[in-house]
Amino acid sequence: MPLPPLPESAIDIGAFAADWRAAVSLSGDALVRSGAAKPGYAGEMIRMIENFGPYVVIAPGLALAHARPGPEVIANGLSVVTLSEPVRFGHAHNDPVRVVLGLAIAESGAHLAAVAAVANIFNDSSAIGQIAEATSAAEVQQIMGVIPS
Amino acid sequence: MKIVTICGAGIGSSGVLKVNAERALRALDLEATVVAADVSTVKVVAADAQIILTTQEFVEAIGKTNADIIVVVNLFDTSELKQKLESALG
Repeated sequence: MPLPPLPESAIDIGAFAADWRAAVSLSGDALVRSGAAKPGYAGEMIRMIENFGPYVVIAPGLALAHARPGPEVIANGLSVVTLSEPVRFGHAHNDPVRVVLGLAIAESGAHLAAVAAVANIFNDSSAIGQIAEATSAAEVQQIMGVIPS
Repeated sequence: MKIVTICGAGIGSSGVLKVNAERALRALDLEATVVAADVSTVKVVAADAQIILTTQEFVEAIGKTNADIIVVVNLFDTSELKQKLESALG
């Protein structure tokens, strides 16, 4: 199953974020660098959490930031931000977050294979820790099974 | 049997939940159709569902429903999913 594109430009290693909004913004910046989203997409991802709560923290230490398909999305894409200092999202069980994934989906309906591919990576419960400790973008790509272009 | 997974956008968490619920159902040797949807469509999508799988944040927004609501903590914990699905279906 195809993972959404995750080029080196969409990977930010050891970044500092003062709070969860800053962490989500970094994942949006990474999607802008890789050409998957426009700058406004970060704000949409933040609004999803403001509206619905910290449910995007889908496993201990891991947030899957995303918004709906829409005009701020250019193409399917994934970004990975590892945080130098873990950040709290306010989740009752899965805080603090060390790894933020940003997900942009251009068209709903065709996205499930892509999300399934993301899910398959994290069914290995050691993957979050490995990504959090990675020291290079290439290492993150390797853990996530991305063939570097 | 129909199971609906619910999140805010209907693409991220509910998609992950769908994939892992299908995995848990296979392990339990149970058959069901699992549909991922966003919370704004829950009334329509879940009208004929037996089970709604979601996270704590959406329970209030889902509101009154005939389906059993199962609240999941760790979306990747297949044993949690297996145990909760088994007790809901058993």
